Amino acid sequence: MGIFDIHAVRKDFPILEQEVYGFPLAYLDNAASSQKPIQVIEAMNDYYRQDNANVHRGVHRLSQRATDAYEGARSKVRDFIHAKSDKEIVFVRGATEAINLIAHSFVRPMLNAGDEILISHMEHHANIVPWQMLCDEIGAKLIVIPMTDRGELDLSTFDDLLTSKTKIMAIGEVSNALGTINPVKMMTRKAHEKGIPVLIDGAQAVPHMPADVQDIDCDFYVFSGHKMFAPTGIGVLYGKEALLEEMAPWQGGGDMILSVSFEKTQYNVLPYKFEAGTPNIAGTIGLGAAIDYMNSVGIEALAKYEQDLLVYATNKLTAMDGIRIIGTAENKASVLSFMIDGVHPHDVGTIFDQQGVAIRAGHHCAQPVMQFYGIPATARASFAFYNTMEEVDALVDAIEKVQELFA
Amino acid sequence: MSGSNIRDLYQQVIMDHNKKPRNFREMLDANHLAHGNNPLCGDALVVFVKMAGDVIEDLSFQGSGCAISVASASLMTEILKGKTIEQAEEIYQQVHKQMTNEDADPAILGKLEVLGGVREFPARVKCATLSWHTMHTAMESDHDISVTTE
Ligand SMILES: Cc1ncc(COP(=O)(O)O)c(C=O)c1O
Repeated sequence: MGIFDIHAVRKDFPILEQEVYGFPLAYLDNAASSQKPIQVIEAMNDYYRQDNANVHRGVHRLSQRATDAYEGARSKVRDFIHAKSDKEIVFVRGATEAINLIAHSFVRPMLNAGDEILISHMEHHANIVPWQMLCDEIGAKLIVIPMTDRGELDLSTFDDLLTSKTKIMAIGEVSNALGTINPVKMMTRKAHEKGIPVLIDGAQAVPHMPADVQDIDCDFYVFSGHKMFAPTGIGVLYGKEALLEEMAPWQGGGDMILSVSFEKTQYNVLPYKFEAGTPNIAGTIGLGAAIDYMNSVGIEALAKYEQDLLVYATNKLTAMDGIRIIGTAENKASVLSFMIDGVHPHDVGTIFDQQGVAIRAGHHCAQPVMQFYGIPATARASFAFYNTMEEVDALVDAIEKVQELFA
Repeated sequence: MSGSNIRDLYQQVIMDHNKKPRNFREMLDANHLAHGNNPLCGDALVVFVKMAGDVIEDLSFQGSGCAISVASASLMTEILKGKTIEQAEEIYQQVHKQMTNEDADPAILGKLEVLGGVREFPARVKCATLSWHTMHTAMESDHDISVTTE
């Protein structure tokens, strides 16, 4: 650990070694979804080749091995985010499902008309819409922490937004549209001073920096596997044990029960109470392998390398004429959103693609952020630790190509 | 496909119409109007039509979008102005054919052939067709309605 070897790392990601339209692929769309190292692909392969069976059920050997691998992944997640206990780790489909689960099982039962739910202006739609649906249903109010031109949260009125009516504060740790790292620890402390529970959306944080739920002291923490080098269809809901214990399950079925009769069903213990039905076993094993992989690279080391990459890219784009960077917060991770003067981001995306540079052009599921800046969309380059300085140079070349075409 | 294809998409005519869109204005005395939206990319435009009998006396648009959608809308207003409903319908069908890889009639398309470049860029076909769908909808209705492509 400590010494980060980009060449060794890239060998673990076979997908990166390809050409697109005759150019080497520069995959700079990691905020949408990340690539998977061979170790993750192999772990899932091995499971299907050797251990495939249902979990928590069979007495037979394969089921035992599948259960061990599945539960082993849970412990890896616990250590990865520094939770206290395996019981606090619930496997779900992704960040979106985790937020919906909390909205339904934790907030809904205690929400009354006139109550408030506090989010921020830079949330992903996944951390807006479930709350909006709930507010509409109950007659509660969605309150939004404003943002500044640089793309930082404007916390000047924060204390006043935390009221006796606030039933939950739900905040993204890192903005997927802007890359802003929000001061979630301080915000959680302030919310807690007023007795307000806190959910942190860590979907864009976990791929890029160490995660520590006890340090933040948040009540819930959610993220998706596919953005952190694991497969799609697996994600995590962390919740403090005492809170999860109090909550009613949200889906009923097998695995989430201890006993069922037509008169009464006794729910299973944590975390199984929230894992109805046969889970995504292979995906969970893949997630465990992704955590092992990140640990082997070294999370501090990859975070530092990525910062260098972001600074290099930011400096390059800042030095170019006709480029406006959207989101210039003091603390940022991974994301570089920008506009090229006189060119719509969609045209940028198509022309980049022809040069092998994969980025996202659009609103990034954060339309309120676009509305704030009065733009329909941005072009967004987002980095992972397997990206190189040469790929940043390819990005710069692609921008020059666009400017030449639209001159 | 190689990098040179990008020039087939962004031809001179497209770039020119994107920079200086024709008939880019609100039309206060329009008797047909429709809104077109592409929610995925945020393209949004309004098409205004003024009919005199079965002739399109005036046609204009407003809104924002990528170069392909703006140029397509601009070209459309230029070509369809003065045409009868029947002629406009025929051109609309040919434009559609050319973008969906069917044989289209170059004699009818004329200048609109430049829009054919999107065929090689499936993700962009909707950018080119948005204004045409919106115009079609505007003609068929006599009140304000919305079209959505995605
Ligand atoms: C900040 C943030 N939250 C939540 C999500 C939703 O993640 P998923 O679609 O994997 O559920 C995303 C995905 O883009 C995100 O960037």
